[in-house]
Amino acid sequence: MKIPVSITINGRRYDRNVAPRLLLVHFIRDVLGLTGTKVGCDTSQCGACTVLLDGVSAKACTCLAVQADGTSITTIEGLAGDDGLHPLQESFWNKHGLQCGFCTPGMIMASHELLRCNPDPSAEEIRHGLEGNLCRCTGYQNIVRAVQDAAAGGSQ
Amino acid sequence: MSASTFGSGIRRREDPRLITGSAAYTDDIVLPGTLHAAMLRSPYAHARINGIDTSAASEASGVVAVYTHADTVDEIAPAPCAWLLPNSGLTIAEYHCVAKDTVRYVGDIVAVVVAESCSQAYDALDLIDVDYEPLDAVIAPKAAAAEDAPQLHDEIKGNQAFHWTVTGGGDIDEAFGAADVVVKETIVQQRLIPNAMEPRAALARYVQATGELTLWNTTQNPHIVRFLCSLVNGVPEDKLRVIAPEVGGGFGSKIAVYPADFITVFCSKKLGVPVKWVETRSENYQATTHGRDHVQEIEMAATSDGRITGLRATVHAGMGAYLSTAAPGIPTILHGLMLSGVYDIPAIHEDVYGIYTNTTPVEAYRGAGRPEATFMVERLVDLLASRLGLDPAEVRRRNFIPKFDDGHDVVTGLTYDSGDYDGALTKLLGKAGYEGLRAEQAAAREKGRHIGLGLSTYVEICGLGPSQVAGAIGFQGGLWESAILRFHPSGKVNVMIGASPHGQGEETTFAQIVAGELGVSPEDVKVIHGDTESTPMGWGTYGSRTTAVGGAALALAARKIRDKAKIIAAHLLEAAVEDMEYEDGNFFVKGSPDTGKTIQDIALMANVAWNMPEGVEAGLEATSFYDPPNFVFPYGAHLAVVEVDSETGNVELKRYIAVDDCGPQINPVIVEGQVHGGIVQGIGQAMWEEGVYDEDGQLLTGTMLDYALPRADRLPDIEVHSTVTPSPHHPLGVKGIGEAGTIASTAAVYNAVIDALQPLGVASVNMPLTPERVWRSIQESQGRN
Amino acid sequence: MYAPEFDYHRAGSVAEAAELLSKHPDSKLLAGGHSLIPILKVRLASPSALIDIGRIDSLRGISSDGGTIRIGSLTTHAELASSEVLNVAATALSEAAGMIGDPAVRNRGTIGGNVAHADPASDLPAVLACLGAEFVISGPEGERTVGASDFFEGLMTTAVGEQDILTRIEVPASGPGEGSAYAKFAHPASRYAVIGAAARIASSGGTCTGASVALGGLVPAPVRAGAVEQALVGGPLTEESIAAASSAVADGLDDDEVLGDVYASAGYRKAVAHIWVRRAITAAAGRSG
Repeated sequence: MKIPVSITINGRRYDRNVAPRLLLVHFIRDVLGLTGTKVGCDTSQCGACTVLLDGVSAKACTCLAVQADGTSITTIEGLAGDDGLHPLQESFWNKHGLQCGFCTPGMIMASHELLRCNPDPSAEEIRHGLEGNLCRCTGYQNIVRAVQDAAAGGSQ
Repeated sequence: MSASTFGSGIRRREDPRLITGSAAYTDDIVLPGTLHAAMLRSPYAHARINGIDTSAASEASGVVAVYTHADTVDEIAPAPCAWLLPNSGLTIAEYHCVAKDTVRYVGDIVAVVVAESCSQAYDALDLIDVDYEPLDAVIAPKAAAAEDAPQLHDEIKGNQAFHWTVTGGGDIDEAFGAADVVVKETIVQQRLIPNAMEPRAALARYVQATGELTLWNTTQNPHIVRFLCSLVNGVPEDKLRVIAPEVGGGFGSKIAVYPADFITVFCSKKLGVPVKWVETRSENYQATTHGRDHVQEIEMAATSDGRITGLRATVHAGMGAYLSTAAPGIPTILHGLMLSGVYDIPAIHEDVYGIYTNTTPVEAYRGAGRPEATFMVERLVDLLASRLGLDPAEVRRRNFIPKFDDGHDVVTGLTYDSGDYDGALTKLLGKAGYEGLRAEQAAAREKGRHIGLGLSTYVEICGLGPSQVAGAIGFQGGLWESAILRFHPSGKVNVMIGASPHGQGEETTFAQIVAGELGVSPEDVKVIHGDTESTPMGWGTYGSRTTAVGGAALALAARKIRDKAKIIAAHLLEAAVEDMEYEDGNFFVKGSPDTGKTIQDIALMANVAWNMPEGVEAGLEATSFYDPPNFVFPYGAHLAVVEVDSETGNVELKRYIAVDDCGPQINPVIVEGQVHGGIVQGIGQAMWEEGVYDEDGQLLTGTMLDYALPRADRLPDIEVHSTVTPSPHHPLGVKGIGEAGTIASTAAVYNAVIDALQPLGVASVNMPLTPERVWRSIQESQGRN
Repeated sequence: MYAPEFDYHRAGSVAEAAELLSKHPDSKLLAGGHSLIPILKVRLASPSALIDIGRIDSLRGISSDGGTIRIGSLTTHAELASSEVLNVAATALSEAAGMIGDPAVRNRGTIGGNVAHADPASDLPAVLACLGAEFVISGPEGERTVGASDFFEGLMTTAVGEQDILTRIEVPASGPGEGSAYAKFAHPASRYAVIGAAARIASSGGTCTGASVALGGLVPAPVRAGAVEQALVGGPLTEESIAAASSAVADGLDDDEVLGDVYASAGYRKAVAHIWVRRAITAAAGRSG
């Protein structure tokens, strides 16, 4: 069985026929070739696959492509604008908020969600808001700093 | 050296591709016509295979091939162990990439399916019918060493992989016989699962017409993969290209070359098309190497005034069902030789038994042997302090090796390079406000609150070489590094380096080394690594050796360039070479810096070669091979502050303060990042992480739902400080920093928790310090009293 | 991980979903997918088809008539956690919803999917049992309403039959002098409840006039702690009396039923459960004044 879906990703509409069992993350990565979104686990724990689905964060490994039919999705590739990097990308770079980079796309998207819900978070609120994203390299410290920096408009 | 580059915390060069999703990790690479492999793994820890029926799987939709042992045995040699520990009775069990007639851990590969898509490959796995005859399994290393234990390998008696000893200094029995005080402890260094965020993967493309193979692999050491893959898969090394593209962390788990890698290569060879294999996270838990798994019976002898006179230990190290690539060296060379720690200990003896168990093979995991050593020593020192009623800081001070800057011998046979251990501790205690914390602790105790302070003063061995030592200790490779530094006509630079960083940031620090040596902007230096075809030989990124050894090779290459550039500059300025001076990228005649030639001027001239000095070759390029004269020995002092809720057993980490000394810091921001990450991994061992098998060998912590990794909301701010003591034998004075945090922090947190529990009479709790474990220890202690 | 193959049908209404369910044996309802998809990925379930009810707008949203709060089964955890109505009148529910998983999970996971899955370590079942929620189920025989004690039948089983659709959950709004709270001992890896305690307290002048306490996490299905409730009602809501009442919780737990795992044994959970009960009661009492 194949189901037609129409999903807008980073502003571009994609019409495809997909198997019902296809996960959104595999649709994004394997069907469309947008490999910035990562798969780090199989139990919805690591957050490496986090994308924005109609503006709010979602784990693309826990969503079928058919469920996303008609939605608008932003992945890490779509975060930077015409005028350059997104402030969160700048802050992760400036504050050394990444090492191996594998968790980073999901971590940045989760941070995006965090600042959407709470534009001026405390360090503790940031730590809590990122509880669904695992990083094995940074010990999270510079990720917290990066989000603080982005919240402060890059002035931290 | 240019102050603006070397030593500056500039932003990382590798980040733009990583923060935009543009980086290509192995699974991101797509080749036309790629088939997908999936491994059928044993659900039993120990079983005989009486038969395999693959007919239904072979017929399944999209399936191209199904292979079992019989199909592969002639073309895939057993997975090699490459650390042949001498004088240890080492026995190496044959590790068939696809199990022959017996499986020995949950995750042992039984068959492989190759299909048009991943989902089809997984569908077909369900259709393979294996007739298993379960056998008794043995999980714990000491149990496996017992006389009546189930035997894993027919040819290996008592499941013993090796028995290694280290003896140094005075007679150990005399030391203990004469001791005023002896403290003892049994420590379980629980099994840890590395959990690099990127799962392992391999993409093999074999071109049958040419016999050439390209392998993209999640590895810390592509050149070792090429070497071993050529031996196992029979592809000549000159026709074998291994690429470690972007690699998402390793922590030791991407050192080994795994059966699944060799099998993926085999499939591509057999089918003549690209074949990709990507492990699932569950598969990662089962089959990617684990770490630690020691049972340590340890004791320390001391005088009544707290001076250590001897240390004795027996360690049973679980090796898993087979010996992974570097496994035998981890609980021995990298562990036992470090038992003197930061102290002068006059007599040391350790027996280490490496034991086969029906578990996933154990390999290096961040720190690799040294965290286990530091823990032993630091735990014993705290026990000694407790026994003598002395402050743990004071006992440490009474035993520290005094400050030295050019070598200090310890009885295990190592020569530490430089250190000021008391200096690090003094700085730590000052930064932490130690006396104030002790006062707070006393006040809290009055109110029934349980605050604890835990120290860990460590030294570690890293920057692995020299190669001569590698040979002597049975490491089946070299431990040098090489670098090629090439100036283009425009003055831009390419560095080709054999080391293979995978998140540590050496594209940036290497550019800073070149900038420091040659006065170019780091922006003008591109560092190429991870591809055996475009980089010179290198032995890989592990043992905190990439900057320490690879960086030195690069610095020496830069110095060769400087020497050649000076000759060319002298020629162009019509001066004698002896009259030339160099400063920050400018070569000039003594006293006339304004009329000098820049390195860029010289790069252009060397490349066009219109006017070269007689006998000087065209081009501005240098290759250097650096084989270190000794290891490097970073050190430091860490303090953890915890509060234990005695009602629930919950441990809250309230503060963590670190002072580390890795010599001069090329990029202090990157150093700090390494320290943060390292510390948190060590905290993970103390507080949350444990790979648990049941008695049948089923992995109970086989997903991220069960195995607790550190999360942002459970950690405090990590306070990082440093001191700077150059290594006397290193061209840049630098020491490694990748593992130091992990080596120190487990003991600091553990000591803090025991310190907190002291009024409750608790002297020991097994790690991880889960609420239940802590609570039970309190209950038992209260019950005793 | 790759789920086995299944068919997919999207329902535009509850009636259409019911029809699809009856037409496709072995099919399962799909809402947010946060309970179902993980199970499919590890191949612990292999339904013939999924019936996607995720777009049925009538199943979404929170409304209140003052006495009863009606929560559509598709309401997400994030919506529960940020609901003003719930924050005021069913605090324990919004509090618990805010502790589920992580933000991305809360954005997609639904209350209906959560309770229909009935994972013992889930947070919402205990809260709904505590608050005296009623579950409105649409089935072949029409609509029926089931109380929490009948809804949660046991380990991962509920009163929702194969042909049924859980459409909404009704929670009595707390009135003046009432407060509720949820306290959770979260597993460090899964974030699920090792112990979850929900309490609703009514008080007047510092005296407890009504109490409902329920436990989750350590039992196959949420249980009310009757002994604790009885000990509370009529007494003062002091630190000592709350602690004393909470300690009765273990007596009401059947040893054979208490769940344990490699992280926290049954014995430990049973021994410390009173602490989370106490915390929930204390917070609820604080909100009841």
